[in-house]
Amino acid sequence: MEFISQPWPWYVAGPLISLTMFLMYYFGKRLGISSNLESTCAMLGAGKLVDYFKLDWKKSAWNLTFMIGLIIGGFIAMNYLTPDKTVAISAQTIADLNELGFQNAGKTYMPEELFNLNLISVKGISILLIAGLLVGFGARYAGGCTSGHAIVGLSMLELPSLIAVIGFFIGGLTMTWFIYPLIFS
Amino acid sequence: MKLIKFLLAGIFFGIVLSKSEAISWYRIFEMFKFQSFHMYGIIGSAVVLGIILVQIIKRTNLKTIDGNEIEFTPKKSGKFRNIIGGIIFGLGWALAGACPGPFYILLGQGVGAILIVLFGAMLGTILYHAVKSKLPH
Repeated sequence: MEFISQPWPWYVAGPLISLTMFLMYYFGKRLGISSNLESTCAMLGAGKLVDYFKLDWKKSAWNLTFMIGLIIGGFIAMNYLTPDKTVAISAQTIADLNELGFQNAGKTYMPEELFNLNLISVKGISILLIAGLLVGFGARYAGGCTSGHAIVGLSMLELPSLIAVIGFFIGGLTMTWFIYPLIFS
Repeated sequence: MKLIKFLLAGIFFGIVLSKSEAISWYRIFEMFKFQSFHMYGIIGSAVVLGIILVQIIKRTNLKTIDGNEIEFTPKKSGKFRNIIGGIIFGLGWALAGACPGPFYILLGQGVGAILIVLFGAMLGTILYHAVKSKLPH
């Protein structure tokens, strides 16, 4: 149990992610999480706004079930398997984050400044909302997210996925290196 | 009952991503700053083993649990969509410090503020389908 309650190293997590992809193929499905955003929009009646969402979301019941599993998995991991909630990020990362105005970097699982609803500012809410918009829009435009493109697509040696993942990093690096200093300080 | 296996797979995936800290905002920031090998090790080893597993499925002609052929449906491709969509996604990934899988897992962890991100992501999804005919693909 000692091993489970510690943070899992990359060489344990990576292969277990591949195993999940393999299991999904064995179950007859292709792992891809952002499609659930479409299904939930359709479920909540987005068909009234945009015709596309008149799709039959019940066909994606398997993926919605997987999504509910993710929620349960997060609950189990946080409440029963993670006694120590700190994240051992590098000293340089902590220093960089302090400079951007993040106190106590790494002492919690998520930064309180952005994710504690009691501390969050209007600016923080706008940041999270815009971030979500970009992720949702970008995932559909690119045809998938980290799971569908970076894990499954690359495993299948698909060129569109490689291009999408290069895009993910161009966007991510631009945000972190050039836009963060403008937003936070 | 056929759905139970997907629930279990989701729970497993949620625990793996939680316990490896791959869904911590801090780890994503650290990754884009190139200050740790952790995230690159996770994605890299997942892809390397993934390539091997896909080859094993193809060469052994493995069948699904229901005895059907395993279908490898390719992703949509286009001159612009993968790169432009990818960049937009990446900007959001770094800003939220999370991608869609982690949204749901973090919700389960009790991070209430992730609902704001999730709401934004659903709006983004609707927006895409509302304007997609005007976008270059």
